[in-house]
Amino acid sequence: MKKLMKVLAIVISAAMVFSLAACNGLGGKEETTDEPGTLAQAGTVAIPKEEIKIGVLHITSIEETSGYTFAHHKGIVEMKESLGLKDNQIIEKDWIDDNDKKATTTAIQELIDEGCHVIFATSFNYMDTMEEFAAKDEYQDIVFSHCSGYKSNPDNFNNYFGRIYESRYLAGIAAGLKAQELETPMLGFVAAQDVNNAEVTGGINAWALGIQSVYPEAKVFVSVTGSWYAPEDEGKAAQALIDKGCVVLGQHSDSDATQTVAEKNGKFGCGYNSDMTPFAKDAHLCAPIWNWGVYYTKAVSEVINGEWKPVNYYEGMNVGLIDLSPLNPDTIAPGTEEKVAEAKAAIADGSLVVFDDSLVDNKGNKIVGEGEDGRLSDEQITGGINYYIQGVELL
Amino acid sequence: MSQQILNFLYASILSGAPLLFATVGEILTQKAGNLNLGVEGMMWMGAFAGFYVGLKTDNALLTIVGAFLFAALGALIYAFLTVTLKANQNVTGLTLTTFGIGMSAVLGYAMTGAASGAPRLSEKLSSAFSAIHIPLLSKIPFFGRLFFQHNILVYLATLLAILAALYLKYTRIGLNVRAVGENPAAADAAGINITAMKYINIIVGGGLCGIGGAYMSIITANGSWQPGGIVNGNGWIAVALVIFVRWNPAAAILGSFIFGAFSSLSHYIPASFLDLPIAIYQMLPFILTTLVLIITSIRKNRASCQPAGCGVNYYREER
Repeated sequence: MKKLMKVLAIVISAAMVFSLAACNGLGGKEETTDEPGTLAQAGTVAIPKEEIKIGVLHITSIEETSGYTFAHHKGIVEMKESLGLKDNQIIEKDWIDDNDKKATTTAIQELIDEGCHVIFATSFNYMDTMEEFAAKDEYQDIVFSHCSGYKSNPDNFNNYFGRIYESRYLAGIAAGLKAQELETPMLGFVAAQDVNNAEVTGGINAWALGIQSVYPEAKVFVSVTGSWYAPEDEGKAAQALIDKGCVVLGQHSDSDATQTVAEKNGKFGCGYNSDMTPFAKDAHLCAPIWNWGVYYTKAVSEVINGEWKPVNYYEGMNVGLIDLSPLNPDTIAPGTEEKVAEAKAAIADGSLVVFDDSLVDNKGNKIVGEGEDGRLSDEQITGGINYYIQGVELL
Repeated sequence: MSQQILNFLYASILSGAPLLFATVGEILTQKAGNLNLGVEGMMWMGAFAGFYVGLKTDNALLTIVGAFLFAALGALIYAFLTVTLKANQNVTGLTLTTFGIGMSAVLGYAMTGAASGAPRLSEKLSSAFSAIHIPLLSKIPFFGRLFFQHNILVYLATLLAILAALYLKYTRIGLNVRAVGENPAAADAAGINITAMKYINIIVGGGLCGIGGAYMSIITANGSWQPGGIVNGNGWIAVALVIFVRWNPAAAILGSFIFGAFSSLSHYIPASFLDLPIAIYQMLPFILTTLVLIITSIRKNRASCQPAGCGVNYYREER
């Protein structure tokens, strides 16, 4: 018991030290800020290119080699290079847990204290903290930009994301054709979050729609890990799906574990975030990928020119923000290229809408779209998909 | 259905093996009277060293030896601080965890930088760690798959657990080690070299934790370096497991299987049968450990308790 108390005492004192450090971070700002009301509104005044400072919050490591943070970090680097900025103009904070409000607050405060003009927060749960910062009078001259959420304000806070479900649909076509080639109508999906997360669930539904467009009787089984980045758990989920009989695996999770497990079992898969073929060349078909550099370059150059507007950014394949990685010629089923190209063109010209008026959830309820012609509206897509469509089931 | 149960049990053994290495290592340490909370850190050190040596040499044996030695180095630091300098064991152990995690992250960063992106272990090395089908035995229905189709490290972990149990229970040195852990003053009076006993057990125990870590970077993570995502708290689960199996390395074989089962459970229970939030599954090992603590503290069986001298530094002068 005494020992236990000792351990507790240590843990508690460690916690205290860290929280003190966090308080320090908060205290340091007062002297650096001007009087409220005297600040120029964010984005309206040009900032010389040599002086601009950009801050970024990442959820996992920027050393990561294939996943979500890798894609964002790559986008930041592209922006830096295409605008000709120097290394010290960009401050990236990684491993900021987005469920840890204190850590998020400290990180954003530090970026502000270091003089950042623009702050990008790349993960969903940074949203509320960023909204609070953006609302403060003393920070009205700073641009706050949040990825994957749904909140914004009319002054200095926007959100940005992309129609990744379009790429997911295309990847679904490749996955469906592969399953059909293997004559097994069972596919699996390793999901970071459960059905209530619209970003993940929308992706699963889009993938399933792509699959069903070429292989109508195929079923998608979903296994949830509960964490964005948990290679160990992702691998276990993937193995469980394969054990169940799935032959092609999709993923919305931040490591390549799903693909390497598929390869080990002689099965196939669609990665996510970046082209994962180098990690599992015998298994990987193609991956929905992000080119975040498109947005970062646009946003930062607007801030430099004093032309930034607090409007939400939600683009797709049209601007190159999202794409499908090159199809892996060693693994795809015959005819995949044609089918994917066909659907890609149809999405581009508007004749194919992924979430149209034909959606039915897996309990048999008809989904009512609030957009034109009964399609899902953008608000529904980004925040309202909390059901699996027909043919998708939890493992 | 029975196929799915078999798959589940098989996955549980695979998840339990790294826990078994670490648990046996920590039991050896605690039996010598030292509570080393650096298991997570030492596993990380082993995870890195095993991966790096594997990447550079393609040699399975060197991979394991490298992981063992690097983690043993971490344990040596701990032993020096606590046994020789008599530093507080809890603080030193926690520090070792922080140190090991940070160290492997820094070295991992250098490694991915040098490999310009994504280091992968070669197929030759991976195949050395792939499942071995033991002739004849692996053909037995159900049990053949369950027990005789595993990678080499699963067998090694089981073997080491049995050896550790025999060592502690039946050998002279094992008896001395237990004496040191229970009552160092009496052991000292009996002429046992306390410092040597502690050093040996701590270092070997730490090395075993390292092999557990290498298991996770090579087998669990499929030979793909995952920054910050390899050991994933398994070191802490091993610390709980030591209590769960009542400091008995042989019981750790079953215990690590049960804890391994918990980490696979959520993926194998059909949602149509039971749809629980994932967090419930993640709590299970700790709930069970708490229950075991409660039950055994009521039963008060001295033989299966934490060694009496564990966690307390020994000062000869205060004898």
